[in-house]
Amino acid sequence: MATLRLPATTAGARLLGFGSAQPTNVVTNDDLAKTMDTSDQWIRDRVGIQSRRVINDGTLLVEMAAEAGERAVKDSGLEPAEIDAVIFASCTMPSPIPNGAAQTADRIGIPAPAAFDLNAACAGFSYGIGTAASMIRSGSARHVLVIGAEKLSDWLDWTDRSTAIIFADAAGAAVLGPAPDEASVGVGPVTWGSAGDLAPTIFIRPENNALFQEGQSVFRWATTKIAPVALRAVELAGLTPADIDVFVPHQANLRIVEAIAKKLRKEGARADMRVADDIVLSGNTSSASIPLALDHMRADGRVASGDTVLLVGFGAGLSYAGQVIVFP
Amino acid sequence: MASNEEILTGLAEIVEEVAGIDTADVSTEKSFVDDLDIDSLSMVEIAVQAEDKFGVKIPDDQLAELKTVGDAVDYIAKNQ
Repeated sequence: MATLRLPATTAGARLLGFGSAQPTNVVTNDDLAKTMDTSDQWIRDRVGIQSRRVINDGTLLVEMAAEAGERAVKDSGLEPAEIDAVIFASCTMPSPIPNGAAQTADRIGIPAPAAFDLNAACAGFSYGIGTAASMIRSGSARHVLVIGAEKLSDWLDWTDRSTAIIFADAAGAAVLGPAPDEASVGVGPVTWGSAGDLAPTIFIRPENNALFQEGQSVFRWATTKIAPVALRAVELAGLTPADIDVFVPHQANLRIVEAIAKKLRKEGARADMRVADDIVLSGNTSSASIPLALDHMRADGRVASGDTVLLVGFGAGLSYAGQVIVFP
Repeated sequence: MASNEEILTGLAEIVEEVAGIDTADVSTEKSFVDDLDIDSLSMVEIAVQAEDKFGVKIPDDQLAELKTVGDAVDYIAKNQ
């Protein structure tokens, strides 16, 4: 029997750069109130959103994804040719074939990378980071670009006030590479899972190709089951909740974000832990929401190099994933 | 087993924590939506806390049937 050679492993992965992209078109709550039975106050009270950004000029999902990816590569200091794998986390591609990863990589000028799509909906970015870190640690890839990109506006019924007020378009990306030694590992172990029995609570209705969400059931699940996932990610990384400087949960609904943060604080997270609230001006952008929030928090000084950041994604599937990272 | 009075007191405390409504205003004849202005997501939070406090299950389809504080007290009393 042949003895197969395996690549050399590394100490682990670390983040090298971030980037994001959003449409320029801003849709306010008042804009939505003109076409459906809702109001600015109703929307703010239920989901905490003030405005969101929606593509209105025909920009393709992969174009927006490439813009975010290009910024992340530039931020990492690497050349596109040094990226050897691209993970494209999305649940809103216009069609399943071809995938988004290869064409996005091509637009960025990354030659012939391993390229695949990953559909874990709103948990997609954390799934992607977990997958990328494992690839880097095992030696199957050296530099991985993870992109969370969604054009949810293609999959909404714009007369349905339970979904049209929430979802929006965006892309966010991160570049990961090998840590030179154990002390510089910047991606903690992933904790991930799913609840397929709850699949019918978020799905695309075939009759109108529009997203449907069982709001109360999803809210109950997110506010009761996700804090333990986040705490498990902290534990797996060998830390305690008090070590977390910044908490970036998927931006599903501001009330869910606040409910989870409150539970973490009950378990010892600090009062001064900065909590992402990017949903207020960006809406729920599914797999893009975590890297988008991080990029915005960096821009306004709420996350800085060396910060210990807790990520947790959760959504359709239902699926969830979380990990602790060190901000590059 | 909590008495109906104890359930009402406990429920009022939960409503106060979740929705910021004075416990004195949480009486059996009040409608959660129309009188106390509690929205569907806050109802879920109240249900989750009531489940913990009273050891009952309040699934979402049952929750929709609990229109008044009294409905909730009766449901909890029957199912605890």
